[in-house]
Amino acid sequence: MASLKDLRNRIASVKATQKITKAMQMVAAAKLRRAQEAAEAARPYAERMGAVLANVTASISGDDAPALMRGTGKDDVHLLVVCTAERGLCGSFNSQIARLARDHTRELLAKGKQVKIFCVGRKGYDILRREFPNLISDRVELREVKQIGFANANEIAAKVIGSFERGEFDVCTLFYSQFKSVISQIPTAKQIIPAAVPADVTVVDTGAVYEYEPDAGAILEDLIPRNIAVQIFRALLENVAGEMGAKMSAMDNATRNAGEMINKLTITYNRQRQAQITKELIEIISGAEAL
Amino acid sequence: MAQNFNFELVSPERLLISEEVQQVVISATEGEMTVMAGHAPTMTTIKPGLVTVKRASGETVRFVVLGGFADITPETCRLLAESASTVEDFDKAALQRRIAELRTEIDSNLDHEARTKAEEFLGHLTTLNHVLS
Repeated sequence: MASLKDLRNRIASVKATQKITKAMQMVAAAKLRRAQEAAEAARPYAERMGAVLANVTASISGDDAPALMRGTGKDDVHLLVVCTAERGLCGSFNSQIARLARDHTRELLAKGKQVKIFCVGRKGYDILRREFPNLISDRVELREVKQIGFANANEIAAKVIGSFERGEFDVCTLFYSQFKSVISQIPTAKQIIPAAVPADVTVVDTGAVYEYEPDAGAILEDLIPRNIAVQIFRALLENVAGEMGAKMSAMDNATRNAGEMINKLTITYNRQRQAQITKELIEIISGAEAL
Repeated sequence: MAQNFNFELVSPERLLISEEVQQVVISATEGEMTVMAGHAPTMTTIKPGLVTVKRASGETVRFVVLGGFADITPETCRLLAESASTVEDFDKAALQRRIAELRTEIDSNLDHEARTKAEEFLGHLTTLNHVLS
């Protein structure tokens, strides 16, 4: 049985932990709001990009499409771009994304395909490294980045596109967590090369024929890499929002658990204190009676 | 009286402007063009440069745009820029750094095609730099 002093120490330490988790929860809440705003601000661009892309692709025939759109015609080598967070303590957020990527990898390997993994974010790398140390071809850490900007996404996109042009893979899939709400983030896989035209975008038929300057092919050539960067950017932003949401609920849980624990410990502490007082009283009384 | 049309300037990070304007001058890849209401539907890429917007009220605002493309219809003009900011907010030091970086990149061994591309980009940036200073 723990002594009174031990119990006191224990309670103090749980209280300290609770303070930390509470602070982390509040920080996550503030960051979540900012991340959501950033994701919101990026939406118009992505939407318009989708609309324009649909417009241009509608006017171009299959063979003229740039390689990034057509693909290489094979699907032997797959590149998985796995975007995760830089930090832990956010519940199952990172492991969910990693698990999805892992299942996907196993499936592809079972089919006899070749798989390469490109890790964005440290946590995903840490998890996937254990199982597939040889498959990881590249990784990017965004640890120093305070606010994810388009430049970060562009860099990643440039790497991916560069490696595509060198013929290092045929299909590229992006793994990230879709931010649904604070309590629910859905790990998602999305194919970005060959680029699929977003089906949910309705082509606004203005009835007029567009003039292209330079020609449609050249525009598309310029547009597709940009679209890939935009998609990566979007994934990163959703990830940040998701991470903060997950962290918020994880820390909320932790705070509540700490509270419960403090309650239990306090009760034990008080009972023991009572027991000790009673014991001392009995000793005094029986001592007095003996006289 | 010139007719107004809807102009939107969007960068990946945010929506910079979305309002009725009288005219917009953009630096398209194939030369500068002025967009007014009723312009023929055009899609064009944009080189780094200035975008001058004449608001419905008559005042003009200038933006620095680093590449992107424009989607023009008779009623609207949408400019999707890779990076955009107002002239006042624009970070000239960053531009100069970028120019210096590009110069060293060109000096290093690039293949012919990449080199032409980089040189072209450098040309746009230096012009922009001159216009701004």
